[in-house]
Amino acid sequence: MPFGNTHNNFKLNYKVEEEFPDLSKHNNHMAKVLTKDIYGKLRDKQTPSGYTLDDVIQTGVDNPGHPFIMTVGCVAGDEESYEVFKDLLDPVISDRHGGYKPTDKHKTDLNHENLKGGDDLDPNYVLSSRVRTGRSIKGFTLPPHNSRGERRIIERLSIEALNSLDGEFKGKYYPLKTMTDAEQEQLIADHFLFDKPVSPLLTCAGMARDWPDGRGIWHNENKTFLVWVNEEDHLRVISMQKGGNMREVFRRFCVGLQKIEAIFKKHDHGFMWNEHLGYILTCPSNLGTGLRGGVHVKLAKLSTHAKFEEILTRLRLQKRGTGGVDTASVGGVFDISNADRLGSSEVEQVQLVVDGVKLMVEMEKKLEKGESIDSMIPAQK
Amino acid sequence: MPFGNTHNKLKLKYTAEQEYPDLSQHNNHMAKVLTSEMYANLRDKETSSGFTLDDVIQTGVDNPGHPFIMTVGCVAGDEETYEVFKDLLDPVIEDRHGGYKPTDKHKTDLNPDNLQGGDDLDPNYVLSSRVRTGRSIRGFCLPPHCSRGERRTIENLSIETLASLEGDLKGKYYALKNMTEEEQQQLIDDHFLFDKPVSPLLLASGMARDWPDGRGIWHNDNKTFLVWVNEEDHLRVISMQKGGNMREVFTRFCTGLTKIEELFKERGHEFMWNEHLGYILTCPSNLGTGLRAGVHVKLPNVSKHEKFGEILKRLRLQKRGTGGVDTAAVGGVFDISNADRLGFSEVELVQMVVDGVNLLVEMEKRLEAGESIDDMMPEQK
Repeated sequence: MPFGNTHNNFKLNYKVEEEFPDLSKHNNHMAKVLTKDIYGKLRDKQTPSGYTLDDVIQTGVDNPGHPFIMTVGCVAGDEESYEVFKDLLDPVISDRHGGYKPTDKHKTDLNHENLKGGDDLDPNYVLSSRVRTGRSIKGFTLPPHNSRGERRIIERLSIEALNSLDGEFKGKYYPLKTMTDAEQEQLIADHFLFDKPVSPLLTCAGMARDWPDGRGIWHNENKTFLVWVNEEDHLRVISMQKGGNMREVFRRFCVGLQKIEAIFKKHDHGFMWNEHLGYILTCPSNLGTGLRGGVHVKLAKLSTHAKFEEILTRLRLQKRGTGGVDTASVGGVFDISNADRLGSSEVEQVQLVVDGVKLMVEMEKKLEKGESIDSMIPAQK
Repeated sequence: MPFGNTHNKLKLKYTAEQEYPDLSQHNNHMAKVLTSEMYANLRDKETSSGFTLDDVIQTGVDNPGHPFIMTVGCVAGDEETYEVFKDLLDPVIEDRHGGYKPTDKHKTDLNPDNLQGGDDLDPNYVLSSRVRTGRSIRGFCLPPHCSRGERRTIENLSIETLASLEGDLKGKYYALKNMTEEEQQQLIDDHFLFDKPVSPLLLASGMARDWPDGRGIWHNDNKTFLVWVNEEDHLRVISMQKGGNMREVFTRFCTGLTKIEELFKERGHEFMWNEHLGYILTCPSNLGTGLRAGVHVKLPNVSKHEKFGEILKRLRLQKRGTGGVDTAAVGGVFDISNADRLGFSEVELVQMVVDGVNLLVEMEKRLEAGESIDDMMPEQK
């Protein structure tokens, strides 16, 4: 790969114009921000682990845009990326996270008791509830950049930490590379299995290297709490269950996450976090809480209403297909989740989902009866 | 990307065991050769442009094997790769190229007059004839490793050089990124257009970065001679036409290639070549002549004969599907080409194709007539 220190110095023999990527067909956050001047300024820099500007932007150069989503087009290779390349990443962050400024402070709140309601989303409409986030282990480089040695240690540390969980969190780790066919079938049937990334957004950033080495899935016996190790982030933590009890999902999420963090801290491994950017993750879109709280919900009528998009925007929610970020919806069932990650806390974001989904289900019921929903259009949150 | 000089030093903090790839599921040339001792000996080395061992082997780690072909599993990032990593690459070369030793010398012969016959392969069976090779421009990094600035410089040099070809070789360059819909459709219809690689063998080595920047296709007005710029190698040079006149195809190939080499030299640029490895290309399988001369030929009967594999082996030929290296045959039509690249000259390899295909067509006619081919079995060439 051409982006190390030596080749980076080699590249400096070429002028900025010669190296600056052609972004004329591009529509992603990186392409909107990166000018020749910024490129010229940053191209001779690197983080202590050797991550360079071209590493940061490669995925955005290789992937001009996406039909459904405005992609970020850049990734971090380590914690310092966000500092060394702030001239690029601060404007990207501001653009992506609703105007978040370099001087803003982010709030972390993982006290599930601060959530109001959320235990009674109508299960006739809300098929399932899920909360996920990511965590990075301080002192290691991130998935686009890490070596096999680093990745394996992250896996080992994770297994140790997760194996010490008990009670409702007692569970088992399944490394991808030694999984039996039977285990694989079961994990697919449970909708737990993550596969080698096929999205070029991820593969171009280098995070699929050495697959499946060092990757695995841990889940509790109840199958309501799971952790992905070394996929797009060091850890992805997921709490989920069928039906509409988001409150319970969030409780388990917060309790589990904090137990895991406590164990990592005991072994001198904190999570990457700072008071400006919150939790540090691979993709700038996941900074802050890294939290996506969402439901699969039947909104057959509402989704075809002229004001559907406007309603979502005002509720600070986003829609996806039930296959996840890159997909379209099927049969009127949508994945509805919080749009924000940075600048609001975990509790605040899940509150938005709970309140917003409740409202949309009420709207759906109205439309089913042939009634208007004009009086229900919410104010901008 | 994690493979630069700085991160390479960071990785040295981990033991060789911690970094050594898991090759237990693997079946490619790299995996057969790379022991943990060899990994330990080479892992702190780099070429002067910063290409490291992990860069060389990444594609082989990410791609354990292929159903139809024994893949190489390693690539070069620059000319020196073959020197700095000879402990790995010499055995790979030996294994791949029929026992070729580190002390062997390779013969180059691009004089088409030295070919005997070849103008009369039966066009009722031989549908088309084609000869291709690759060339690398000395002083630049190869596609897995080159920067945008280098790639664009290679493109500009190529455009200038090709623009001065005349007569039968006069033609035009079509940059991939500026191509109109009509041009694209025409190039597809002519079977000239190369697309962004989708094979994970190529993607994992980094050669599709920044696509389609710096890539293009040049072809002569007669559509019998074309050059791919910056695909898997700096240049791929192809001579092709319908029917069985391989002699003419090879003559044009040699004339064109020699002319192009002269024109590059006039501009102060040579091709990478040495007397041990011949022409230096990205994939170790293409060293030597880099030449693949082949035909699309109808062999529905011979191909089902139990000795088909053996016959091909003795003739030093290989079969592919008509879609190219990764594909299966369709309708009894096979792509038959020379199996060797290194240790034989261009003339010798094309002679083997001409003689071998002539024999295979005679065998096909015999089998069509219900006769045996037992007395036609060739000796091992």
